[in-house]
Amino acid sequence: MDNIIEISAVSKTYGSGFIALKGIDLAIRRGEIFALLGPNGAGKTTLISIVCGIVRASSGQVKVDGHDIVRDWRRARALIGLVPQELTTDAFESVWNTVSFTRGLFGLRANPAHLESVLRALSLWDKRNSRIMTLSGGMKRRLLIAKALAHEPRVLFLDEPTAGVDVDLRHDMWQLISRLRGEGVTVILTTHYIEEAEEMADRVGVINKGELVLVRDKSDLMREFGSKRLSLRLRRPLAAVPPALEGWRLELSGDGGELTYIYDAKDAHDGVGGFLDRVRDAGIEFTDLGTTESSLEDIFVSLVRQSP
Amino acid sequence: MNLEAVRAIYKFEMARARRTVTQTIISPVISTSLYFVVFGAAIGSRIQSVGGVGYGSFIVPGLVMLSLLGQSIANASFGIYFPRFTGTIYEVLSAPVSAVEIVLGYAGAAATKSVILGVIILITARLFVPLQLLHPLWMVAFLVLTAATFSLVGFIIGIWADGFEKLQIVPLLIVTPLTFLGGSFYSINMLPHPWRTVALFDPVVYLISGFRWSFYGIADVNVAVSLGMTAVFLAVSLAIVWWIFRTGYRLKT
Repeated sequence: MDNIIEISAVSKTYGSGFIALKGIDLAIRRGEIFALLGPNGAGKTTLISIVCGIVRASSGQVKVDGHDIVRDWRRARALIGLVPQELTTDAFESVWNTVSFTRGLFGLRANPAHLESVLRALSLWDKRNSRIMTLSGGMKRRLLIAKALAHEPRVLFLDEPTAGVDVDLRHDMWQLISRLRGEGVTVILTTHYIEEAEEMADRVGVINKGELVLVRDKSDLMREFGSKRLSLRLRRPLAAVPPALEGWRLELSGDGGELTYIYDAKDAHDGVGGFLDRVRDAGIEFTDLGTTESSLEDIFVSLVRQSP
Repeated sequence: MNLEAVRAIYKFEMARARRTVTQTIISPVISTSLYFVVFGAAIGSRIQSVGGVGYGSFIVPGLVMLSLLGQSIANASFGIYFPRFTGTIYEVLSAPVSAVEIVLGYAGAAATKSVILGVIILITARLFVPLQLLHPLWMVAFLVLTAATFSLVGFIIGIWADGFEKLQIVPLLIVTPLTFLGGSFYSINMLPHPWRTVALFDPVVYLISGFRWSFYGIADVNVAVSLGMTAVFLAVSLAIVWWIFRTGYRLKT
């Protein structure tokens, strides 16, 4: 798979002396959904703003579909749609006029059919003649997405797209993003809702204090850094973990009625099957069992805490 | 050249003018009419003529300039400041739009509105006093050049301002006094000697003088000097705008 965005050694130091980014190297693959995760102030918005041309990098290079964002900025920017974090809208303008304005800014002639399809997809068609100030917060958020899609971008940046959006609408947006990916649009999203990244992303990047901590396929990340728990509800409570099971990562509940085996991809033992064989050999009987796995959120928190 | 973007910004700004027609057009027309009542009728009755032109007619070019300068600055400064204030400027900055195209859109719309206003004021003035137009092409040239120049000045103020108060400081504390002292209501030849020389340091004198010459053929300074000074103001404004986009001043960090 080729890369649509290539970020090489990008650093940013603001006038105040604050170092927002430290030598970021990142490649975004064409057609993927990439989630950029990080705590507040990690540098996510700065990085997006640099790629979109709103903030100037102190050093480094960014290419969008092979076009340098400084030397060949027109072609690079024409490919990008941006949904900003803040609900920034022209309160007095109508929905239709503002999406038409955005399309015009990108040098494209009016295309009412395209704008209609975008507004319909975002359930804004009925509001096309309404002033933006009359829209709810969720509608304004959708309008920002509609504006970003007005010029048919090949790369879509979504900076906290579902902040302040109710659950139903959030799921609608996830569907829209999946549909965009189906149409070949590359989506880069930052989010505080780790569940969002877990639901949609193909790959995940974690940024902290201006440094990219890691970039992994989501499934690899879950496998590599995640852990699973197998819990057995015991027929007879145990006073302590039997010696036959020493060496396994086990937790015994306070009442001795539940034994939990914690394992991951790097576990030296031969997994759940082996563990259950050992349990049976030790003469331990159980009445029920269940498994849980750590979420992307658990992994994210752990990675951010570990990073310097 | 991204002409669609220029058209989009221009159309957007003109739509804003239509939404605020009271503030943009009606208010300056009423103010100008009041100037005619106060200066034209009350004071004009005591000043028979200036340079052979009736006082009421004499002040018309000055009144047009007064509104033109104020509205060019107000329209352009608000036009660029408001998206900065609301944050919607991100759209323009992230679009494939060059500095020239941005300025053409915003300042072009502001200048257009000012020229329309100037024409409306001239028509209004014609209802009060007789008007003579000796050099119509030069009149249009001065009108358009001045509107363009001060729209650029407004654009610069809109970039510089970091609050609504600052947006008003330059027009209220600098431009309006310079316009009043720049011969809107009198010829600087009517001033006593030292003040006449001092007045020549007021750049607005050259704009009003040239504009008035296009109507009546009378001027406080040579018309070529007026035209040259207008071109200098335009060049200085363009240079500052170029510097703003080159450095990203108050636009990009």
